[in-house]
Amino acid sequence: MTAIVEIRGLRKTYDDGFEALKGIDLSIEQGEILALLGPNGAGKTTLISSICGITVPTGGTVSVGGHDVVRDYRGARAMIGLVPQEITLEPFEKVIRTVRFSRGLFGKAPDEAHVEKVLRTLSLWDKRNARVIELSGGMKRRVLIAKALSHEPRVLFLDEPTAGVDVELRKDMWATVADLKAAGVTIILTTHYIEEAEAIADRIGVINDGQLLLVEEKAALMQRLGRKDLRIELQHPIDAVPEMLSHYGLVLEDGGMALTYTYDTQGERTGITQLLSDLSGAGLVLRDIQTRQSSLEEIFVGLVKEGTA
Amino acid sequence: MNWTAILAIYKFEMSRFFRTLLQSFISPVISTSLYFVVFGAAIGSRIDQVEGVSYGAFIVPGLIMLAVMTQSITNASFGIYFPKFIGTIYEVLSAPISFLEVVMGYVGAAATKALFIGAVILFTSSLFVELEIQHPIAMVGFMVLTCLSFALLGFIIGIWAKNFEQLQLVPLLIVTPLVFLGGSFYSISMLPPVWQTITLFNPVVYLISGFRWAFFGMADVPIGLSLLAIGGFTALCLVVIWWIFKTGWRIRS
Ligand SMILES: Nc1ncnc2c1ncn2[C@@H]1O[C@H](COP(=O)(O)OP(=O)(O)OP(=O)(O)O)[C@@H](O)[C@H]1O
Ligand SMILES: [Mg+2]
Repeated sequence: MTAIVEIRGLRKTYDDGFEALKGIDLSIEQGEILALLGPNGAGKTTLISSICGITVPTGGTVSVGGHDVVRDYRGARAMIGLVPQEITLEPFEKVIRTVRFSRGLFGKAPDEAHVEKVLRTLSLWDKRNARVIELSGGMKRRVLIAKALSHEPRVLFLDEPTAGVDVELRKDMWATVADLKAAGVTIILTTHYIEEAEAIADRIGVINDGQLLLVEEKAALMQRLGRKDLRIELQHPIDAVPEMLSHYGLVLEDGGMALTYTYDTQGERTGITQLLSDLSGAGLVLRDIQTRQSSLEEIFVGLVKEGTA
Repeated sequence: MNWTAILAIYKFEMSRFFRTLLQSFISPVISTSLYFVVFGAAIGSRIDQVEGVSYGAFIVPGLIMLAVMTQSITNASFGIYFPKFIGTIYEVLSAPISFLEVVMGYVGAAATKALFIGAVILFTSSLFVELEIQHPIAMVGFMVLTCLSFALLGFIIGIWAKNFEQLQLVPLLIVTPLVFLGGSFYSISMLPPVWQTITLFNPVVYLISGFRWAFFGMADVPIGLSLLAIGGFTALCLVVIWWIFKTGWRIRS
């Protein structure tokens, strides 16, 4: 694997003195889907803007495909497609014209076949002659994506591509992203929807307060930081957790029919064996046992709390 | 030089113009006609001739200049301010193009529109008065240079402006008065001596005078000075543009 985007010590202090990026180091592999997660104001958009030329970094370097984004901006930007977070489109222009404009702006010769393909992929072909102002919000977002794809980028930045998009359409977009990945495009997306990162990303980066807390393979991240719940269903209901089991931090649920034990998969010992023998020692009869991996959301909330603590 | 990109911006800007072509065409025709009715008929009946040229013909270069300057500024400032305002500027900033290419696209389109309107006014005027242009090439050259330099100024204003008020402030408070006081509708020699001297500090005087020279072969100031003025003004705008480019002032945060 080779890195297509190399970010080294990237810093950004805005004019008002606010430090939005505090030294980011990140290598993005060719052909991967990287999801950037982080709360509002974490610096996700600032990071993308610094790579794409919207803002000027105050420190550090970024290269895309070996081109420095400041010194060799033509080389770098020619490879990049950007779908911004905000819906920003010329309201009175026809859909197909804005898409053609984007292609021209990036210096690509007109290619109607490609424009048609992009519009069809995004189910916008029927709307090609509609003016932007006549489109629904979800359609506008797809126009933004069409504009970014019009010039055949090798690296695609999607800043919250599915914000305000319904479930159906979100699935469609995920499919589009998967197709792009199959075509070799490297994709960086930011999202607030954890399930989105979980569903489509290869790696996940977590940003908070201008710092990259971690970047890891999705599976590894889930495993490393994953906490698991062990749910123990009982044959007979109990009123309270028996005194001798209190140190396990069990939670009584379902009107006394179930107990939940949370443990760290990473921990040296999970304590499950001991718990099970203590349960029978306490005279409880088990009906069923299930384990459940905690979602990224829970992992994420845990991380951010840790980071700010 | 990324010509495809320059052309893309140019065409996109021009399409806005063509969408409202009729409107773009009619308003200069009407306003020119009004000027002729008011200035030509009312004042012209009192002032017969200015230095051997009928008053109606005399005001034509000034009329064209007035329109061309304000149109260049308005078109260019709006052209770059609007994408900043609605946010579509992100795409221009993220494109593999230099600032110079961005300027060429926007300023080129704004100047073209102004040139078109200048031509419409010239044509409309020729319906009211007899016009004989002594130096046609110089006339076209002057007009093109004026369109370009004022479109550059407009571009700078569009980048500088933080809201619509500021966008209109400079044309309204500075350019329009300078143009009106710059001898659009009178010869400087008609003013009292003190005012003649003061007027010479108005840069627009040199432009209008030079432009009038191309029409009638007569001028308030030597034609060389006029050329120097328009050249200097263009250079000044280019320097400011270059500085904006270097610093990313008010475009890239
Ligand atoms: N132009 C600017 N001038 C000053 N501060 C800014 C500017 N743009 C962003 N910031 C600040 O930088 C921080 C990071 O903003 P950024 O937009 O990168 O966050 P984000 O992670 O994209 O958030 P969200 O999830 O809400 O989109 C915020 O505190 C924001 O207020
Ligand atoms: Mg953001």
